[in-house]
Amino acid sequence: MQEILIKNELSIEKSRPGRRGVRYAKAQKKASDYLPAGYLRQENPRLPELSEFDTVRHFTRLSQQNYCLDGQFYPLGSCTMKYNPKAYDTLSVLEPFAKAHPFAPESAVQGTLEILYNLQELLKKITGLAAFTLQPAAGAHGELTGILTARAYHDAHNGANRTEVIVPDTAHGTNPATANMAGYTVVNIKSAPNGCVDKEALKAALTDKTAVVMLTVPNTVGLFETDIREIAEMVHKVGALLYMDGANFNALIGLAKPADFGVDIMHLNLHKTFGAPHGGGGPGSGPVGAAEHVAPYLPQPLVTFENGHYTLAQRPESMGKMKAFYGNIAVCIRGYCYLRQFDATTLKEIAENAILNANYVRARLKGKFNAFFDRNCMHECVLTIDPHSMNGVHTSDIAKRLLDYGFYAPTIYFPLIVPEAIMVEPTETESKEMLDAFISAMERIYEEVCTDAQVVKEAPHTQPVRRIDEVSAARQPNLRW
Amino acid sequence: MFTPTTQKDKEEMLQKIGVSSIEELLQQIPSQFLYPTLDLPHALTEAELTAHIHELAAKNKPLKNFIGAGMYEHFIPAAVPALSSRGEFLTAYTPYQAEASQGTLQTIYEFQSCVCALMNMDVATASHYDGATAMTEAVLAAARITGRKEVIVSTLLHPHYKEVLTTYTRHAGLTITEAKVQTNATLAIKELQAQLSDKTACFVLPTPNFLGNLEDAQAVSEVVHAAGALLVAVVNPISLGVVQTPGEYNADFAVCEGQPLGNPISFGGPGLGIMAAKKAYVRQLPGRIVGIAKDHDAKRAFVLTLQAREQHIRREKASSNICSNEALCALNAVIYLTLLGPQGLREVAELNLERAHQLADLINAIPGFKAGTGAPFFNEFLVSCPMTAKEVIEKMAERGIAAGHDLGNTCTAMKNCLLVCATELRTESELKAYADALRGI
Repeated sequence: MQEILIKNELSIEKSRPGRRGVRYAKAQKKASDYLPAGYLRQENPRLPELSEFDTVRHFTRLSQQNYCLDGQFYPLGSCTMKYNPKAYDTLSVLEPFAKAHPFAPESAVQGTLEILYNLQELLKKITGLAAFTLQPAAGAHGELTGILTARAYHDAHNGANRTEVIVPDTAHGTNPATANMAGYTVVNIKSAPNGCVDKEALKAALTDKTAVVMLTVPNTVGLFETDIREIAEMVHKVGALLYMDGANFNALIGLAKPADFGVDIMHLNLHKTFGAPHGGGGPGSGPVGAAEHVAPYLPQPLVTFENGHYTLAQRPESMGKMKAFYGNIAVCIRGYCYLRQFDATTLKEIAENAILNANYVRARLKGKFNAFFDRNCMHECVLTIDPHSMNGVHTSDIAKRLLDYGFYAPTIYFPLIVPEAIMVEPTETESKEMLDAFISAMERIYEEVCTDAQVVKEAPHTQPVRRIDEVSAARQPNLRW
Repeated sequence: MFTPTTQKDKEEMLQKIGVSSIEELLQQIPSQFLYPTLDLPHALTEAELTAHIHELAAKNKPLKNFIGAGMYEHFIPAAVPALSSRGEFLTAYTPYQAEASQGTLQTIYEFQSCVCALMNMDVATASHYDGATAMTEAVLAAARITGRKEVIVSTLLHPHYKEVLTTYTRHAGLTITEAKVQTNATLAIKELQAQLSDKTACFVLPTPNFLGNLEDAQAVSEVVHAAGALLVAVVNPISLGVVQTPGEYNADFAVCEGQPLGNPISFGGPGLGIMAAKKAYVRQLPGRIVGIAKDHDAKRAFVLTLQAREQHIRREKASSNICSNEALCALNAVIYLTLLGPQGLREVAELNLERAHQLADLINAIPGFKAGTGAPFFNEFLVSCPMTAKEVIEKMAERGIAAGHDLGNTCTAMKNCLLVCATELRTESELKAYADALRGI
């Protein structure tokens, strides 16, 4: 009904010549009075012409065509879609923070620097590592920072001949892509039947050419690498470094310190474990920590505290710079707020509840949707289905059908080693009632699969659009108006 | 409480799982690691946290800002944060489930479209971490496209951008050299021409350059293309309201720091990396791109597309490792550009131009100080001082003014040089107050 009256138009389609949303004071002279003719823009850009109210309506309507964590449960594995406390929304953008310029005199930005320094210190405490940089803007950016830091370490330790990075087949795609971007050859190793690292395969792959082994802990099938200490020793024995992808750190926070495992370098995701929102895809923040022997090679500058003054310190052995300035500061402020709201006991409870919730979902769905590895999991569980016994219904159909029930889809078809994977990470901030509702939805979808599979295969039915033919977009790309 | 699970819930859940305690679920973690001692400060309540953060914020000193050098203070209309901070945008995930993410996807499509219009380019990506990483990824794409390994950058590229480029590409087999500058702090195009060869993958042209001057981009483009190399333009997005666009001078890639488009400075981050390119290079672009598709009823819908370039599909063969980007900052930018429209963009650009030139004139009237180098500039310019820039900055800070960026930090030969910026936010009386203060030091 509404669709007939209010079309879902692009802003440019709503545009009418002469409308505008903001007005500025008039300059006294024209641009041509200041710049040579050849330096001037010839035609105005084709931007929409909308009133302020048009613009507010347009973007408000668009926002309403989104699922969001504030409204729905996101059972997205490996993404840690947990509640983003509202206090941080305001605190992270207080005017003195928002207006602080990266080239302002240090005496004028002591408040910002103090927060960054304290955050570095807190991250050191919860991981046991010796130093942290806050520069990386995202998890993958952190990975690249970490691997280039490892490379700088090896270059300084006669390790220039080390050309390989070992990555398990369960790793996020960013791991191998990162190693390649850092100029390394990727050596993929298979996982053992229990879902953990195959130590024999690792042993065979480790040589004096190995620079780094990248491990996600807990791994992407939701299991802790029980032999991590032994693995670290194997890695160190050949002179390589152990990199820990900390995307899943929500399972460990307060429970264990990666430095104790023998981890040399790791990244954390402030937009996962530390309560910062995902913003529809970013900005994130991916701080990188390093053990004592690797710390000098982290990017520069780091924030230090000397003689009562916080300062941005240059570092002579540093690998360089990963970003024009010092990090996604507004996201770092959120991370700092998070770590100040919890002490050691409550952090531990957060991890425990994350693990409890994942196991509850796994146990309740057993029989209809079984875990690929039938054992207790950490903060997420990876389920699998067999389309042959499900009337030809695939994981993607179940994901789309969940949208109709008011739930976002789980992470699907990942990790790649699990066929038809459905990866569920409830996080600790969902209540038992919400988990029960999700479980009921999954059970009803299972019933539909048996009685009316077509309704599942054609889902979603309740979204602003029906199922999208993604291939149609790539055939003749339309990427702009 | 952050976690809603009650003791009763916990007991029921453990029973369903079939274990007697949480510890039983943790058995996969070797006990030697479990429950380490953590020396953390006591937990603050929300009220205590709020007071604590306000206290820290008060330690930042509000100075009237005349610093640019890569991050610029512009007016942000109230509707920008009001809309982008809606929970529906702020707490949404990456729009992989397109049917449930049409809002975010359409805003990205509109962002890409506005970027293309602003730059006069064919295609744009959904965003990158910041201007420096967007530029670096464009250089890497240019090397892949041309199969060449040598990169030339202007000496007047932002020093931090140079550092990021070097850090990222140190192991990519690229050599990076710098192109020389003339005495008026613009590019020596003849010398660049001699430097270019059939091994040059691309030339990186910042305009305005780090010292604020606009380059003769048309002439640069011609010599770069004559050598079969690609042109990567690094621009100021607000300047494009009046200044010749990358598309007009035939740039192959156009990148910029998009922060000036509706995003606060926030001590340098989050920034907004913007990348646009010619259509021919679309399949070499890094990162997410949104396109139009059809749904089951042949209705228009938006999806992430050309994903075969990306890490989650291609793994080590991907065009980049980028995953998370700066979607929310891109949303700020598209709301900002929608509010301004073509007319507002022109007006704000003209005001920047005017305020910076007015300030330069005021400074030139002060004995011992010289503003500008004689080359055209936009909203930022070089000031030579009769003392060190450091001293000027300290004395001006005492008067409540952030006088500019100390160029001595980049190059000791420029220790008496200051980079000064005036955007549309600096009123004429503030410009006058700046000049009066400078005269008084």
